[in-house]
Parts: sequence; C-alpha cells; structure tokens
Amino acid sequence: MDESVIDRAVYAELRDTTGAEFAAELVDTFIEEGPSMLAELRSARTDGNAERFRRAAHSLKSNGNTFGALKLAALARELEVKGLDAESARDGAALVALEAEYARAAAELKALRNG
Amino acid sequence: MAEDSSRLLIADDNKVNRLLLSRGVELLGHRFALAENGRIALEKLRSEPFDLLLLDIEMPELDGFAVLEQLKADLQLRDMPVIVTSSVEGLDNIVRCINLGAEDYLPKPVNPVLLKARIGASLEKKRLRDRQKALVRRFATPEVADDLLQSGFALGGKRIHASVLFSDIRGFTALVESQGPEETIDLLNTYYMLMFDAIGSHGGVVNQMIGDGLMALFGAPLPLDDCAGSAVAAGLEMVELIEQFNLERSAVKKAAIRIGIGVATGDVVAGYTGTQQRATYTCIGDTVNLASRLEAHTKVAGHGILIDDATQRALGSSVPIRTLGEVLFKGKAAAVEIFAVAPPSQTNASPGDRAPLQFSR
Repeated sequence: MDESVIDRAVYAELRDTTGAEFAAELVDTFIEEGPSMLAELRSARTDGNAERFRRAAHSLKSNGNTFGALKLAALARELEVKGLDAESARDGAALVALEAEYARAAAELKALRNG
Repeated sequence: MAEDSSRLLIADDNKVNRLLLSRGVELLGHRFALAENGRIALEKLRSEPFDLLLLDIEMPELDGFAVLEQLKADLQLRDMPVIVTSSVEGLDNIVRCINLGAEDYLPKPVNPVLLKARIGASLEKKRLRDRQKALVRRFATPEVADDLLQSGFALGGKRIHASVLFSDIRGFTALVESQGPEETIDLLNTYYMLMFDAIGSHGGVVNQMIGDGLMALFGAPLPLDDCAGSAVAAGLEMVELIEQFNLERSAVKKAAIRIGIGVATGDVVAGYTGTQQRATYTCIGDTVNLASRLEAHTKVAGHGILIDDATQRALGSSVPIRTLGEVLFKGKAAAVEIFAVAPPSQTNASPGDRAPLQFSR
C-alpha cells in the first residue's frame, strides 16, 4: 500500500468517529460517485462552462479531504481555484493527472475499507 | 427518540457530504432531512418545520448564498438558524455568509466535535428566541408580536393616539371568598381566555393583568384605523361572551359574574420601560387614568360599559349611546362628560332605566 495516497490518520479518524460500517459505506458511495464527478469535469470543459467546472472540482476536493486523499484534494483544488484555462492543453494535462490520482485513491480506499 | 431531539435540514449537492453530515447529526440524537440543492432546501423549509439548517455553498440550481438571501427576506424563515458547512475558497466568501445571516461557518471536512458544539449552541439560541416569542405572544396578538420582534424592544416612549380599555369582575372579592382557590383560578383562566379572545379579535393588546382586572390598548403598539370603534366593539363582545359563559355557569348552579368596562380615547405615552433584561410595554397618561376611573364608575352608574367624550365622538351612529352627564372624578380638575354603551339587547330599555345590566339572562 502506498501511504502517500491516503493519509492514514485522517481515514482512521473518519472511521472512529462515524463507525467502521458507516465509513465503509461512505467509501462505496465515493467510489460510485467519483467517476460521474470526473465525467462532469470533462463535460464542463468541453462545454466551456466555468461554473460547472469549478463546482465539480470543488466536490472532488471536498471528498478528497474527507477521506484523507490529500493529493487528490490538492489537484482538484488547483482546478477549482484556477478555473477553466484559456490554454486548454494545460487543463487536459491536469485532468489526466487528477483522473490517475483518483484511480489510485479509489484503489487504496477499497483496500482500507476491507482491511 | 430523546425529548430534546431537534430536526435539521442538510443541504449539500455532494452525496458523500450529505451522508457524512447526516451521520454526524444522527449520532448527536437529532433527526434530519436531506436536500440536494438550494431550491429543494427552500421548498422543504417552507413546507416542513425545522430547527436548524446545515447549508453547503457550492450547489447547482440555487447556491448557498442565494438560500441565505431568500431566508433573510422571508418573514417566516428569517430566524431559521443556519450553519454553513463548506470548503469554499476565500475569506471573503466566509465573511459574505456571516453578513447574510449565517450563524456560523464550519470548514469541511467538518470536525465532529466542532459540529456538536455549534449545533448545540445554535439550537440553544433558537430555543431562547422561541421562548421569547412565546412570551411576547402571551400579551400580544401574533401580528403585534411579529412587529415587536422585528422592530426590537427599543426602550423609550412615544406619543400615540390610542384607546385604553379597563375591565374587571364585579364583586370578585365576595366570589373568591365563596369558593375554593382552585375554582377561582379556573374561573380566572376561563375569564382571561374569553377576554383575550374578544380584545385580540378587534386588534387590541392586553398589556396588564392584575387579579381579575385587565388593561388593553387599541392603537398601540401598532396603529389602528378606528381605535375607539375597535375598543367599544371589543367591550361589547366581552360582555356578550360573559353572558354566554354565565349560561354555562347557571346550568351548574353557579352564580353569574358581571364585568365593568371603561374606555377612554386620546394621546398616550407608550413604550417599553425597564431594563434590557426585563422590560414591559407601558402606557401612561390622562387617557389611561380616565379609562380606569370610568371602569370603576360602572359600579356607581349601573352600566356595564362607560366611555369618555372622545370615544363617543369617534363612534358612528351604529352603536347606541346614552348620555349620563358630567362626573367629577378623583384627581381630575374638571368634570368630564360620560356616556354608557348599551349592548344591543339593552337598546329597548326605558331611557331612565339605571338598573344594573343583567348579564345572567
């Protein structure tokens, strides 16, 4: 397991304050909802809709922080604060990085949830 | 469910956040409902009772700022406590929430200990506000109470044109001595309920209750179009309600009760007096004294409702009035003309009839 993906202390606190069963359910929800948030980011970018883009990035940041997926949260926050870039190549690269980090975070969380 | 359980609305567009907040609320022993955006949140707030709103800022359709603005403009919802839970960027956004009336701001992810403390504080504040409202409603109609709560309880008086009504139960002391204390309290409760009903339905406000007596204002704290007419109409209704009440009493072989009412109209000085901790709406002036003297004089005059000249002049011809001539009241330099208002059932009495009004039949 790569401890740089999920901050163990944050996840442990979440599990302790809400209960192991609930924390597992919450992970499942995040894994269910994550792909649609990423898809929303892409579609907002295609449509040039800055508000939807910012909101989707904001949502991913918020969830990243909840689970201790700190790198994911940082990447999402960057997109939220910067907004849609005039130079879309940069957004493209940032999105690819975000999607890759999401995949890592989801895999780690799945492992933590079962362990 | 615990008795002090409150109902919270959680508005957040993100499912993970909604679940997490609802879990926190549930663990605190409160009930909750969920809204996915600001529009749905407002719909729920307007159709169901809630004690507190946990509000996200970034939401589709209607965001948290818009919800705060609409709550502020809504008379029914302006006091709804709101705790903003958000990870919105920028201090200016947090300041904006507070300026729009949010009670508190909690950054996400929300710390459960902080959530518990803030929810507890907000609910306690709401309970205090609700208790204050309930207290105000005890001496004012809901409309007046709302006005008072909105304008705040500024201490200090102002001169207002109003009608003052005094009323009490005739022979109350003898009545108290003839029955047990429980029965007296019971009687007073029924009596006050009937009197409040008659006064409130004509736009009046009861501002004092002393034993079996009460003082009501018409035209203060809120202006009334026809304060004299409203006060006299309330007086007539009070007499009528007592007559009905007496029918019930006579059915169980209890003595009829009679009331005396005095109404005077003119300038009064009214306002809140006291301290910020304990204030009462007070009304003083010659008009108040005169109304009180008129009420006391009903015993002598043998009429149930006595009014002064200003009240009489403001009344239309629809109310039958009898001139009783001038009376010199204690504490008054000059004699004043007084008038009796005859209830509709008394209009056929002969002009010289000074017999006490019978309310029992």
